[in-house]
Amino acid sequence: MLSLSNLIGRVPGGVAQGIIWGVMALGIYITFRVLKESDLTVDGSFATGGAVAVMLITAGVNSWIALLVAFAVGVIVGICTGLIHTVLGIPAILSGILVQFGLYSINLHIMGMVANVSCSPVKNHVLITMRNIPMAIGVGFGFAAVLIIIMYWYFGTEQGCAIRATGNNEHMALAQGINVSNMKVIGFALGNGLVAMAGGLMAQYQGFADVSMGRGAVVIGLAAIIIGEVLSELIFPKGCSFYTRLTFVVIGGIVYYLIMIFVLWLRVDSNDLKLATAIIVMLALAIPNLRKGLK
Amino acid sequence: MLRIENVRKTFNPGTINEKIALDGVDLILNDGEFVTVIGSNGAGKSTLLNAIAGVWLVDEGKIFIDDIDVTKLSENKRARYIGRVFQDPMMGTAADMWIEENLALAHRRGKKRGLSPGIYPDERATFKALLKEFDLGLEDRLSTKVGLLSGGQRQALTLIMATLQSPRLLLLDEHTAALDPKTAEKVLDVTEKIVRKSGLTTFMVTHNMRDAIHHGDRLIMMNEGKIILDIRGEEKKKLTVEKLLEKFEKASGEEFTNDAAILG
Repeated sequence: MLSLSNLIGRVPGGVAQGIIWGVMALGIYITFRVLKESDLTVDGSFATGGAVAVMLITAGVNSWIALLVAFAVGVIVGICTGLIHTVLGIPAILSGILVQFGLYSINLHIMGMVANVSCSPVKNHVLITMRNIPMAIGVGFGFAAVLIIIMYWYFGTEQGCAIRATGNNEHMALAQGINVSNMKVIGFALGNGLVAMAGGLMAQYQGFADVSMGRGAVVIGLAAIIIGEVLSELIFPKGCSFYTRLTFVVIGGIVYYLIMIFVLWLRVDSNDLKLATAIIVMLALAIPNLRKGLK
Repeated sequence: MLRIENVRKTFNPGTINEKIALDGVDLILNDGEFVTVIGSNGAGKSTLLNAIAGVWLVDEGKIFIDDIDVTKLSENKRARYIGRVFQDPMMGTAADMWIEENLALAHRRGKKRGLSPGIYPDERATFKALLKEFDLGLEDRLSTKVGLLSGGQRQALTLIMATLQSPRLLLLDEHTAALDPKTAEKVLDVTEKIVRKSGLTTFMVTHNMRDAIHHGDRLIMMNEGKIILDIRGEEKKKLTVEKLLEKFEKASGEEFTNDAAILG
């Protein structure tokens, strides 16, 4: 029996969790859309952020500080990927895979060699938890809004513009005296910083950090970005501001998660969700190319 | 101003594709000199330009700009002294960014890029006035993505960007080759205007003999990685395509092998 009230009952929690994925997608947006690189570090750095936040919070550290440290550790992880790419000359995608692979061990070390560490919202002070969903939604929106404002400001600065130019046209960037290697490293660093912070939020929300909690994060992030872009094109066919585009990335995260809840409600085996997500993202990425082929 | 001493570059050394691209080039450009560089395909003219720009490092020899040794300087560091326009109109601008953002990026060429605003309101006014001066119809489209402009407009914009921060040296790499004749003419006009206005030291590679003869005050011809002709002053002014071909054959002992250059 499919119960509609059951579905509606799941929506608020889905929104809360979707916002956190949306925050993560903002990080992926920096590498995937601004820098135009596919950064696969994310599956690792999301879990790193969760691990760092949970270990600090359970040790009694203030959860805001824990989140900031998670961000900083994510930045360091991103710098590693960036340097492997720019200094060692390994393709970005492979650099990300290498770092992500290695992070598994590091994440286990952070968590004291256990695969799962709980962070009870009863015993610890957490910023966001599934036990209080209205508050979780509020906190999530607050985070997303502040991050969007900061990103809007940053990508309008000289350095932010230089990163955008690097992603757009490396030849032009070099000819304008931009150190494209440095810009790439900064881009990877900021992207993974945000992803790790989102991991810290997710771990608090679900009440535990898991060494494999980042599995599929890249694909979910891409899904959020693409769903957001499709929606924004429908609503603003003439294009929209950077603010709006970033907002739609977060909305994309929410919509993605609601779709997943809907599919689960249809009694689809949860083990098939990953295949479904992969197919959705593949189709969404293929649409612009298929359209070109038709013309 | 620009001094090149015995520069050599071999691509793919030790392989079957080995190619000696620059075979001991010496060249001195005086301040404010506008030199056109011509040669058949593979003569080394774009290679020489790339050597100056620092796209890769030369195997041997030295390059000085204003007596500063830039031989080992990376491409982005050399950009402080050099303005550049590429052959491909897509290469000189960032397509997804606005016209004013592209100009603002160029306005900061060679400077440190920190967290101050990427563009200031008074820059906008400057850019607008500048674009108006060149009559490209772009002055009211400052917040248009550059990707929406035509090839000619993009090349003209790249030219303006290259010279926004007066460069010590302007490098033009067959920058009208990808344009239709009419647009090419217009872009060359803009080039002439910009170069003459600020007396820029200019190095213009072209495959079009007429353009090479028509523009600039000195003409260099390259063949097989060497400079084989260097014509200036009165002699340059009186030059014709026929005379140039004759000189080429005499200097190189072979016939000029680029139909496009002769017919263009």
